[in-house]
Amino acid sequence: MVNNKIEISGEPRRARSGRDPEPRHAIELIGAGKTYRSGSIEFEALKGIDLTIDVGEYVAVMGPSGSGKSTIMNILGCLDTLTKGEYHLGGDDVDDLDEIELAAIRNEQIGFVFQGFNLMPALSAWRNVEVGMMYARVPKEERKVRAERALHRVGLGDRMENRPGELSGGQQQRVAVARALVGEPTIILADEPTGNLDSVSTEDVLSLFDELHEAGRTIVLITHELEVAQRARRIVWVRDGEILRDEVNAA
Amino acid sequence: MNWPETFGISWSAIRSHGLRSVLTVLGILIGIAAVILTVGLGLGTQKDVSAQISSLGSNLLIVSPGSATSTTGIRGGFGTSSTLTLADAEALATSVSTPDIKGVAAEKTSQLALTAGTANWTTSVTGVTPSWLSVRARTLSSGAFITNAENTNSSAVVVLGSQTATELFGSQNVVGQTVTINSKTFTVIGVLASVGSTTTSNLDDVAIVPMSTEANELVGGTSSATVSTVYIEAKSAAQLSAAYQEADTMLLNLHGITSAASADFTISSQDALVSTATSVYRTLTVLLTGIAGLSLLVGGIGVMNIMLVSVTERTKEIGLRKALGAPPWAIRRQFLVEAAILGLSGGLLGAVLGVAAALVLPGVIGSSVVVSPGAVFLSIGVAIAIGVTFGVYPATRAAALAPIDALRTE
Repeated sequence: MVNNKIEISGEPRRARSGRDPEPRHAIELIGAGKTYRSGSIEFEALKGIDLTIDVGEYVAVMGPSGSGKSTIMNILGCLDTLTKGEYHLGGDDVDDLDEIELAAIRNEQIGFVFQGFNLMPALSAWRNVEVGMMYARVPKEERKVRAERALHRVGLGDRMENRPGELSGGQQQRVAVARALVGEPTIILADEPTGNLDSVSTEDVLSLFDELHEAGRTIVLITHELEVAQRARRIVWVRDGEILRDEVNAA
Repeated sequence: MNWPETFGISWSAIRSHGLRSVLTVLGILIGIAAVILTVGLGLGTQKDVSAQISSLGSNLLIVSPGSATSTTGIRGGFGTSSTLTLADAEALATSVSTPDIKGVAAEKTSQLALTAGTANWTTSVTGVTPSWLSVRARTLSSGAFITNAENTNSSAVVVLGSQTATELFGSQNVVGQTVTINSKTFTVIGVLASVGSTTTSNLDDVAIVPMSTEANELVGGTSSATVSTVYIEAKSAAQLSAAYQEADTMLLNLHGITSAASADFTISSQDALVSTATSVYRTLTVLLTGIAGLSLLVGGIGVMNIMLVSVTERTKEIGLRKALGAPPWAIRRQFLVEAAILGLSGGLLGAVLGVAAALVLPGVIGSSVVVSPGAVFLSIGVAIAIGVTFGVYPATRAAALAPIDALRTE
């Protein structure tokens, strides 16, 4: 059940590969169900789904609001736990973990990109990028080097010291992507990453995801926009807590 | 997340809400300053009072005529009856049955006007026996004190208190001048060194004359043999209670009183006076400190209030930090450190203000303020403790926020 491989200190991902030389599956949901209870009212948001995403895949989870895709996002992001079934992330079984262990999993294995960017307004771009590494106890010097590298990667190498307020929406979201990248996570989990962006910035961010995919990153994109979903290589259609279709994107 | 980083985050959070943080700190600051000041003032007053009482002389017993209690339940004329005589004083000084008594001085006081040239001054003209100077632990700043011969001869000589001398003669040399009391001319033979004033009398405003002169020349009549106070000096502090017993027994015998309950005199010790006076001031100090402590409590509630606001306001940030991998304890620590910094700032600034006020205040109100380093460090510690204590609840609330809910907040 509980995997003994949880490290709060945040060992780099490569240390893990010694145990599991080829973690082909980044994500494995087996009969995954989630039921919310509010008093006597029960709501089954996820009705026992199976979903496997391999390392290096670029998958869009697509569905209208209320379809259960937010629940999938929360489960995949280890922000919430299943009430039924199993969830394996990067070879680790993450069911039945406590708060502290889940925090460590989020820190090591998941890079979040949110719709609202969620950058801290008082911190400069590279300070925002280094936050996760602080909780992983990466030494200060290394944090700055890695944050700088990640910002270069998203094309903001010259905006290190700028605060979010001094950046455009697209640039802010790219800082958020840099923050998601910097910890070398198992998956990058993007929740409506273009929801707050104009078409130019949307294209900007989506082409960045294309590049990251080319570079071998595993990306899970949660969206309700078909246009956005079609940039992924595989689309998982969700409706009423069930997977409706799971298809390879021809485009 | 190590400690310096936690401090960095908390500090920038405090700085980003400058005015709010300053106001919070102000609450603690005022509380701490008030506590330091009231404790200091209380201790200072206690010190002043015991110093004043000690200035009466050392190892002293004070015998007053009349009794504070009487067999009939009616208070006798404490301090005003004329039951104490010069003979009592002489007997106490010379008797073999009083081995623990070192010296005895009698005082007989009346308010009279002194005239020197055109200057006029009314003061306590006090007739004393020559032992008065040593028993009352006084010294002369110039001239000589009353001798036995002058006392025997009822000489017309006077020793002035320093303030009386200044009032009558200004700054000129006083010894050898003459003053007129009750139309009799007295020669000034000495001036007492200044000792300041007690709560009840000004020890520098007196005119000391020989006891016999006071009795025969200035007062006369039936009350000429009575004295107003007899001071008894014990040989040492350890012999004080023995001296008390001896004096009590002897005076009861002399006055022919068989029951101690119907004594027509009262003996009080300096220690009793000191402890009575200090206990009064101690009660006052405790009361004032309690009030000051309340303001500290209010300051602490202010910290809690502001921390709760801070948590609510930063719900989204907390959610984000949790999503990025912050364990609950890191969040709790961040907010606790923030509260502790507010408490510490308030404590340090409050201590500075309190000590500064303690330095300035004595010059304004004329009472000393005792500030011990221990009290200052203690109050700074208390301030931090208040910050942390009142920060626990908000910090725990922040740590318990579910990351999804926190992230959803707009």
